[in-house]
Amino acid sequence: MRLMGKLAAVAVSALTLSSAGSALAATEITWWHAMGGSLGETVNTIAKDFNASQSDVMLTPIYKGGYEETMTASIAAFRAGQAPNIIQIFDAGAATIINAKGAVYPVADLLNKYGVKFNKDVYIAGVRNFYADNKGQMIGMPFNSSTPVLYYNKAALAKAGVTPPKTWEEFEVIAPKLKAAGYVPLSQSHTPWIFSENFHSRHNLSLSNENNGYDGVATKINYNNKDMRHHFSKVKSWLDQGLYGYFGTKWNDNQKPFIDEEVAMWLGSSGSFGGLKKSAKFDFGTTYLPYWSSIVKKEYTTFIGGAALFAFAGKSDAENKATAQFFAFLTKPETQVFWHKQTGYVPITKAAYALAKKQGYYNESPDAEVGILQLSLPEGENTKGYRLGYYVQIREVMQREYDKIFSGATSVADGFKAIEEDSNKLLARFAKTVR
Amino acid sequence: MKRQQFQHPFLPYFLVVPQVLIISIFFVWPAAQAIYQSFVLEDAFGLGVQFVWFENYESIFNDRQYVVSATFTAIFSTLVAFFSMALALFLAVKADGILKGATSYKILLIWVYAVAPAVAGIVGTFLFTRNLGPLYNLLIASGWDFNPQVNVADAAFTVILVSVWKQVSVNFIYFLAGLQSIPTYVREAALIDCKSNVRRFWTIIFPLLAPTGFFVLVINITYAFFDTFGVIDTMTRGSPAGGTNTLVYKVYQDGFLGLDLGGSSAQSVILMILVLVLTMVQFRFIERKIHY
Repeated sequence: MRLMGKLAAVAVSALTLSSAGSALAATEITWWHAMGGSLGETVNTIAKDFNASQSDVMLTPIYKGGYEETMTASIAAFRAGQAPNIIQIFDAGAATIINAKGAVYPVADLLNKYGVKFNKDVYIAGVRNFYADNKGQMIGMPFNSSTPVLYYNKAALAKAGVTPPKTWEEFEVIAPKLKAAGYVPLSQSHTPWIFSENFHSRHNLSLSNENNGYDGVATKINYNNKDMRHHFSKVKSWLDQGLYGYFGTKWNDNQKPFIDEEVAMWLGSSGSFGGLKKSAKFDFGTTYLPYWSSIVKKEYTTFIGGAALFAFAGKSDAENKATAQFFAFLTKPETQVFWHKQTGYVPITKAAYALAKKQGYYNESPDAEVGILQLSLPEGENTKGYRLGYYVQIREVMQREYDKIFSGATSVADGFKAIEEDSNKLLARFAKTVR
Repeated sequence: MKRQQFQHPFLPYFLVVPQVLIISIFFVWPAAQAIYQSFVLEDAFGLGVQFVWFENYESIFNDRQYVVSATFTAIFSTLVAFFSMALALFLAVKADGILKGATSYKILLIWVYAVAPAVAGIVGTFLFTRNLGPLYNLLIASGWDFNPQVNVADAAFTVILVSVWKQVSVNFIYFLAGLQSIPTYVREAALIDCKSNVRRFWTIIFPLLAPTGFFVLVINITYAFFDTFGVIDTMTRGSPAGGTNTLVYKVYQDGFLGLDLGGSSAQSVILMILVLVLTMVQFRFIERKIHY
């Protein structure tokens, strides 16, 4: 009996010791991301700075390939019960992860639970809603956010004697002059993102039923509307007249002719300017994405593209606390400004924007501010974002039909009819998987 | 008459165990999983699974892209298999006749085999880059309004060319080995009977090469169906207008990128059946005409 008691005492003390030991050691959390190349190095720097800033948490960032690969890898890991703590999910995948009930710990709840008060007003207006629920409570924390803007070759516009267009009506006036000056006036790098999703935001048009997917699972897409058909009929006629260049489906196919000074203006991402600075041998300027003044009297803001960070559910208290701590570190103005300057992505908080401004960053590179200013334009009921299921496939459908419209294989009316039919089939299929 | 009986009924089973294990783990199990998945609809995270019978199959046949992919795959596979075999046969016949420096020729023709399809695709991308790629510039200089980023036929041309280039070397090895296994006395006897090189080839050499040719045909069809994935992924990703999207690439797009597991599994089951049928047809109708 006495022996047993001794043994029990030893066991208890051993337990205390071991638990004390683990309390001393840092809590390890992992972060799977899709940032390759120099973006990946910036992610590693942020993680290193976070680890150095405190001793309770050890964060390990792991590069998992492109957006889709990262998402697939995390889902496979989740199904095997091996999910990482933090996962980066891109805009088109938002509906998949947000509709999977119980897969993620909403960021707002996570922050509130672990002592970092969540306040939606500290975030920049155009950024805060995309990954939030319909009450504005964040489910995912916006991480790398960018928005489509217009880049123009200053020398080319001067040669043609024109100024960058604010509206598409203005574009129609200046485009022939740019053509006469020996340039293809315009190209654009992501037709679904720039000419479809953001077209709706810029003109405050509804993308789908169920409040663009925020109030419930969307089942009906609104892309086949008269304004979209109008826009694409115009783009096709510009293409035929040599006022618009379409160089392929891939991003770089259309960016390269701008860098080569073949194209005078290019619609790309607000995050592109860092790369352009390095590769373009000419002076370029940046301005807002044009809109049709025949559709809206006043302009609206655009959506963000890019990705957000989600916290997987089902983790221990200590790990969740560590994740919340990292999110708090990530939203600090200093971290955000570092990220903003290194990558060209917009800062997500107002404080970070103010800090960058105070440092005089926008005096030395005014292009960096255009994205934030555009995201701070007036909001409408359809400018929050969109949450559509199987959206990767829907973008594939759009890309396919746009290619056909531009090559003349189908008419604008038939193309949009096909987009509507195929997208609605995909939405209906997705709705069945949500329970 | 007394029947010969082995006394170890256990040993043969034991010896085939590794093979059976490998087949079960790497083929039967995944195939069974795919068949099961093709009958259910579930969200990507596996939180809700429902049995839907043939709904996944129905939605495939209602998908207009599937028809485009199937048509492209048929044309693509036929052209890739035909050109890679024809070219390889031609090169093998020519290399077979060479006496001096034969080894260097052979090595030059064979080394491409070591190139992975994805790498071949990247090389192809460089060659066809707008304004920079040497092949792009050559085709433009020849007066062709070549635009593989926008024109489907041009895009198909680039992926077929790279897929053929990649496969010629393998076929070459087999054809050369087949040619060298044809006995010299047969060739000499034929030479006495017939002076025409071409005629001797089609009446004597080609039939004797048929077993090799048949084997090469089977592996080429499988190559064109499945292994060209890397070429498509690195060069076109199925674009423009979904016109170079093969059936295998679509399985990947819907399953891995789009996370529609049920639909993607149903597509892979259809593909499995298709290749099975194709192989059976080949064995039933073509093999009969071959004399080993």
